[in-house]
Amino acid sequence: MSGESLVGRTALEHLDALAKGELSARELVQAYLERIERFDGHVQAFLLVDADGAVKKAAEVDERRARGEPLGPLAGVPVAVKDVLCTEGQRTTCASRILENFIPPYDATVVRKLKEADAVLIGKTNMDEFAMGSSTENSAFQVTRNPWDLTRAPGGSSGGSAAAVAACFAPLAIGSDTGGSIRQPAALCGVVGLKPTYGRVSRYGLVAFASSLDQIGPFAFDVRDTALLLKVIAGHDPLDSTSVARSVPDYLACVEEPLEGLKVGVVREWLSEGVDPEVATAVRDAVAVYEKLGADVCDISLPHSKYGIPAYYIVAPAEASSNLARYDGVHYGYRAARYEDMIDMYCRTRAEGFGAEVKRRIMLGTYALSAGYYDAYYLKALKVRRVIREDFDRAFEQVDVIIGPTSPTPAFRLGERLADPLSMYLSDIYTVTANLAGIAGISLPCGFTQDGLPIGLQILAPPFEEERLLRAARMYERETEWHRRRADLQQAVAAVSKAG
Amino acid sequence: MALSAEQVQAVALLARLRLTDEELAVMTGQLNKIVEYVEQLHEVDTKDVEPLAHPLPISNVFREDRLRPSLPRDVALRNAPDTDGEFFLVPPVLD
Repeated sequence: MSGESLVGRTALEHLDALAKGELSARELVQAYLERIERFDGHVQAFLLVDADGAVKKAAEVDERRARGEPLGPLAGVPVAVKDVLCTEGQRTTCASRILENFIPPYDATVVRKLKEADAVLIGKTNMDEFAMGSSTENSAFQVTRNPWDLTRAPGGSSGGSAAAVAACFAPLAIGSDTGGSIRQPAALCGVVGLKPTYGRVSRYGLVAFASSLDQIGPFAFDVRDTALLLKVIAGHDPLDSTSVARSVPDYLACVEEPLEGLKVGVVREWLSEGVDPEVATAVRDAVAVYEKLGADVCDISLPHSKYGIPAYYIVAPAEASSNLARYDGVHYGYRAARYEDMIDMYCRTRAEGFGAEVKRRIMLGTYALSAGYYDAYYLKALKVRRVIREDFDRAFEQVDVIIGPTSPTPAFRLGERLADPLSMYLSDIYTVTANLAGIAGISLPCGFTQDGLPIGLQILAPPFEEERLLRAARMYERETEWHRRRADLQQAVAAVSKAG
Repeated sequence: MALSAEQVQAVALLARLRLTDEELAVMTGQLNKIVEYVEQLHEVDTKDVEPLAHPLPISNVFREDRLRPSLPRDVALRNAPDTDGEFFLVPPVLD
């Protein structure tokens, strides 16, 4: 089997071939490393490729398999990890100058679980600095390009992870989602991305952005691989007191079972104004698929969802301003070379270490929490947050899942939204409310524009109903072929050089 | 309510960020635009609504008070910008 015919397959297909002895884990990782070598100069999904570590792990898996030893559920499967998760002994930067040389002394729980599952960790992916952004252009180090069109953004903040899967650099990847940072890049890159319920996955070792919103979740080509990876990373962790002690269902075992009498709510407000017509059409077509499958489809209203972005841009920056106070040039990270005194050391270190968007959010959060403005902004935003949550509670009394678009537009051009922060913030208009409410959500491919850009369908479920979410998503996926399409990188590269 | 450049400068000091004059001007404009946008929160009637700070109804998660290994000192100091091998070093705080 040639390397090029291996990449682009799903993790479950790889696991099957590995179990049957049709290929070795070493051959598999080699195929991906060659693909990365050939194309990542164009896509720039990775901040770090750990070729040696990956080959070593793959060889270990092969040896243990040969000896007949038990292997983990991801044995030999390459996984890319967003550079927001600590990896012991391996640079973890959050795409920030302030952590440029940070080498964590421990693994994040999710990383530890991946290692215990015998996954092959192939590298760390690019992101918006500290996960703040919707295009991955806020990285201090490089600009990641959308594999479907290299002149466009992959979305963000987990754009490197989404692009890594879409570019067939790894069949699985890990991201984090604070306001849409898994689902929106998944939509823009034509892959599946899932934001678990708040508390479903341990955040120990996740560099904190907004602690009441952050969740870690999987990227994959399809819903079945997503179920496989979620099962590996989910569960209670004594090291994260916000992770919840609930058993983790075997998501993969049940994912093929359709949900009888599924009630689907279509969000009226998300298909009226402000949504790209091609996105709206693709989502309506998806609704029709559910109708054809016998689901009970109705319109629902989330009347306060339009206040999601304003509430989010108080709550998230407020929490960020507090979380990022730790970057003080003392315990780890960058310190300015020249300063006058202690306060000046802090101010220069942070001015030189943080990028423009991170500064903007720290400033906004500090302002919203400062004396005289706390009630007007922060407290008001928390009250609106409850009202948004109650919208969902009411909706889920009527329906089992909620569907709508993931992003109002397909992938936008690089640079297009950089000068106007607000226009970038609005990229997450349909995703932030799930974070504010703490519920589960998934984005999966539901079509392509005339220009060949992927479109994402968002499905939302009540807290801890990931099983329902995955089964509902799989019902749709089984009826369609979108998830089988792969970006043609050779063509994408040729298109850019021709235009240039 | 518009933020003045002086207010933004005061917030920058609270946030321990040194802004150049140019950054200050750009930041003032952008913050005003964002704050103006979030003002629409005031359209929502939140009388008698309790704030929701956290999506999970959990509080006081206790664990057994048990000794566990912690990071050895040399490992804890390894990423520090300046140490004497025992402590993190900072500029003088008192004259």
